[in-house]
Amino acid sequence: MADRLTMPQTAMPAASVRAPSVDIYAPQWRNFMFVAPFLFFFTTLLVVPLLWGMWLSFHKADTFSSGNFVGFGNYIRLFHDKVFLQSVWNTFYFVLLTVPALALIGLFLALCLNRRTRTAAVLRTLFFSSSVLSVTIVTLIWRIVFIPNVGLLSTIYGWFGATAPAFISDPSLAMIGIAIATVWWCIGLPMMLFLSALQQIPQDIYEAAALDNASRWQTLRSITLPSIKRTFILVVIVQIVLQFQLFGQAWLMTRGGPNNLTKPIVLYIYDTAFRRWDLGMGAAASEVLFILILIAAMAQYLVTRNNADRT
Amino acid sequence: MRAPAISIKGRAFGDRVLLALVILLSIVMLAPVLWVIGLSLKENAELMANPNSVFQAPYTLKNYINTIGTSSVFIWVFNSIIVSGGLTLGTLILSSLAGYGFARLNFPGRNILFVVVLFGLAVPEQAVLVARHQIFSLLNFHNTYHGLILPGLSASFGVFLMTQYFKAIPKELDEAAMLDNASRFRIFWKVLLPLTVPAQATLGIFTFLGAWNDYLWPLISATKKDMYTLTVGMASTQTNFAQSEGIGFLMAQAVFAGAPILIVYLFFQKYIVTAVSGAAVR
Repeated sequence: MADRLTMPQTAMPAASVRAPSVDIYAPQWRNFMFVAPFLFFFTTLLVVPLLWGMWLSFHKADTFSSGNFVGFGNYIRLFHDKVFLQSVWNTFYFVLLTVPALALIGLFLALCLNRRTRTAAVLRTLFFSSSVLSVTIVTLIWRIVFIPNVGLLSTIYGWFGATAPAFISDPSLAMIGIAIATVWWCIGLPMMLFLSALQQIPQDIYEAAALDNASRWQTLRSITLPSIKRTFILVVIVQIVLQFQLFGQAWLMTRGGPNNLTKPIVLYIYDTAFRRWDLGMGAAASEVLFILILIAAMAQYLVTRNNADRT
Repeated sequence: MRAPAISIKGRAFGDRVLLALVILLSIVMLAPVLWVIGLSLKENAELMANPNSVFQAPYTLKNYINTIGTSSVFIWVFNSIIVSGGLTLGTLILSSLAGYGFARLNFPGRNILFVVVLFGLAVPEQAVLVARHQIFSLLNFHNTYHGLILPGLSASFGVFLMTQYFKAIPKELDEAAMLDNASRFRIFWKVLLPLTVPAQATLGIFTFLGAWNDYLWPLISATKKDMYTLTVGMASTQTNFAQSEGIGFLMAQAVFAGAPILIVYLFFQKYIVTAVSGAAVR
């Protein structure tokens, strides 16, 4: 490209009068002005806080000052804190509850609703609609489903003369209750990702299969599923990254209780840094979360890069 | 000729099972919302006496009138509009400029800077939350609109999206303009920007929706009641959930807060779905 535009300068000197600096693709400082505004905010609000956070995690810090250097003290305290270890376990447990459900139900819905009928379009709209609601509304809805007496669940159980399981107060069910609300909230995205993958499968493969009298199960197993394998992995990783960040649902539905059994890492950070004002330890906990999410993000990068190579 | 007939019958049966499952799932999606709407239309005393009364008249709009009359919900909606609108506008401006810069122009260190910006995609909000809060305390930014807007401006997703979009526009367009000696900014503003409207819509809706629904940062930054955004304000009224005298009122508030965004979703469905799925895959 550059050659084509620099050539006239040597061939026809007259042209260079109109355009003095003709090599338009040479690096120039003034071009930097276009990215400078964003880089200013990016640096001051993301890069600096990221480094500052790492630095804080080695200090005994409170709201306004960064206090004394304590080395790995915060991290050592963190890994001796039963509540923190519980919150790491809770987060993994929550991811284990929600991610397979989201991926499988999302895939199921996409397979059923991947057709051009009006009903399918309406149902796609319905299943995605919960995704646009805020966490506050979602938790309000699900608390009113789970609440005793006037709750939807206890009303339905009441018709059969039974008592509904206490999804919010029972220690063994509380996290499952949060997971149900989360799957209800987040199911739209996996479904849409699977739908767009299904639409990219060339139709003639299916026509060929139909000519061979392949059964629906055979078509699904040997054409559809292999074609969307990468999307499946992608959906799983995206959901792991998202669900690792659980906070609002747990905070609003159970406040992390009973007995910290539904307290995820982000809620631990919130409690430590912004309610007990132990900013150093909160920062240390957020570094641990950062590393966990970074591992998942790396995996996502590798998957998407391989995807790009293939097409 | 018998075998195909059987397989068609099998197909019909399988279809019915799948249909039943999908219907069951859509009931699970709808029932909680309908329940909330039902409760919002009932007197509290009646609900306490018999929850099944949801299914019988009389219904009342009293809870909605109370919501509009007594709660701070309008201030919170106003705050949310300012914050989400400001963040959306800022993101569109910054991302378009930077996207053009990264896609079309050359400057020292461009490639390294772009990789650094891409790395920003992998940094979750929670990793910078504590330090950001401390910095904002020092600057006295908490409980202000700019305190709520600024953190979102550092997100790299918009720059990434706009860079991809500018790269997809044929280079011949700006080369022609450049031979006419138009300035870089003129080319950006007059020639290329009008072509990016679909990407602007996608990014705008995605940013607005994300800001509107954000909960964590407003929760720790806006601690004064009249600076609450809608999500934080609604959450703050949920605390008196246990005294269930206000269940109908709370439900009316939820419907009041949720309905507008659902209506907007129904109108702009296509853009919203593209925006959200595009953001996830990056």
